[in-house]
Amino acid sequence: MRQDHLITATQLSRDDIEAVLDRARAVADDPAAYADRHAGRVLALCFFEPSTRTRMSFDSAAKRLGMNTIDMGDVDSSSVSKGESLSDTVRVIEGYADALVLRHPSEGAATLAGERVDVPVVNAGDGAGQHPSQTLLDLHTIREDHGLDDLTIGIMGDLKYGRTVHSLAAALTEFDANQHFISPESLRLPRSVRFDLHETGAQIREHEELDPIIDELDVLYVTRIQKERFPDENEYHRVAGEYRIDAETLDAAADDLTVMHPLPRVDEIAPDVDDTDHARYFEQAHNGIPVRMALLDTLLENANPDGDEGTEVDR
Amino acid sequence: MSEHELRVSKIRDGTVIDHVEAGQALNVLAILGIDGAEGFGVSVGMNVPSDRLGRKDIVKVEDRELSQSEVDVLSLIAPEATINIVRDFEVVEKNRVTRPEGVTGVLSCPNRNCITNADEPIETRFDVVADGVRCDYCATILRSDIAEHIDV
Ligand SMILES: [Zn+2]
Repeated sequence: MRQDHLITATQLSRDDIEAVLDRARAVADDPAAYADRHAGRVLALCFFEPSTRTRMSFDSAAKRLGMNTIDMGDVDSSSVSKGESLSDTVRVIEGYADALVLRHPSEGAATLAGERVDVPVVNAGDGAGQHPSQTLLDLHTIREDHGLDDLTIGIMGDLKYGRTVHSLAAALTEFDANQHFISPESLRLPRSVRFDLHETGAQIREHEELDPIIDELDVLYVTRIQKERFPDENEYHRVAGEYRIDAETLDAAADDLTVMHPLPRVDEIAPDVDDTDHARYFEQAHNGIPVRMALLDTLLENANPDGDEGTEVDR
Repeated sequence: MSEHELRVSKIRDGTVIDHVEAGQALNVLAILGIDGAEGFGVSVGMNVPSDRLGRKDIVKVEDRELSQSEVDVLSLIAPEATINIVRDFEVVEKNRVTRPEGVTGVLSCPNRNCITNADEPIETRFDVVADGVRCDYCATILRSDIAEHIDV
């Protein structure tokens, strides 16, 4: 991968994705070999909105590469609440760290940050936009089970606001994947995402029900439908209930169906699914570590091409 | 043709934007940031019969030539327009507009949650795509409603 930043999944070619995932596999196979690889380097975790899980995942990945991490503390008490622009904030933090991870409520925030600083920027979620490191760990999970070609995937739930969905769908166009999108009418894919998918000639189909296609799927990727998306609570309960799965739903599925979820889940996947061979969402979350290690390693390597890699590792 | 030439020859120096899609003349002025207060002589013809378009608008601005970024955005709302540069009553240059690859700093993003609408020191940037423009920051696509998002 010859990239300075990771901002959107759409910037990634098939080769880029496979290179990171190959490295993630190597990391997972021999984590000790990477333990000091970036010793002395610092990763800044810039979270302008809370996301404990993603922050901890990056924090852990960085530390397993020998890095130290710094963060902004509580956003409410930081300079952000005093009205400092994002442009200024990242320019200041750039001087403190060798790479930035950014989570921000506005779409396009990571693009802006990437334009303002020279150190690598990883987009860890920009509003309803993109969350490409999540996509890489999703792809890693899919790849380990089924491979990424000749794949039939169903993506279900909130497709309109779900940034993990937007990133994943875009990345899958680099592979030979049939994508089915299952959602209520009001939460279909946004126009811009559908536009990109059609531009690439991707094979996509949209559905309102899972049942008619569940037996075709290799992977079912479930996302949460949030209460805030509905003007009235009864409507939410009625709609969300239709996109919930349990062990019985999966009776009709292929034996090797993989069920994924970006987590946290509320009740869209019943706990009885956890005990089936289909459940892969906890492994999926765990895969965030080797994948983010591989990603950080790649970006830092690109940013420091002179082989200034801390302890050099034979690979 | 003769009526057309007559209209064009009326200004001494400036720009005549001809073959503007009927109804877009005021948006053309908006793109150029002209509201009359600048003191340029401005004349606007609306719904003028045209062989090519059926009806067209014409905008004439005296003592003002257009910049490339103005022409770029113009091409999005008036793709058939011709731009005549007039000096000393003569049309010295006659150009059709061409679709640019992108426009910078002229349109505002319709997505209120876009970082370009936050209080950042940032110019908007849109890529021109098949039938509209797309925000470089948040990927929102603007189609027929481009004229409503001109921010000059
Ligand atoms: Zn935007």
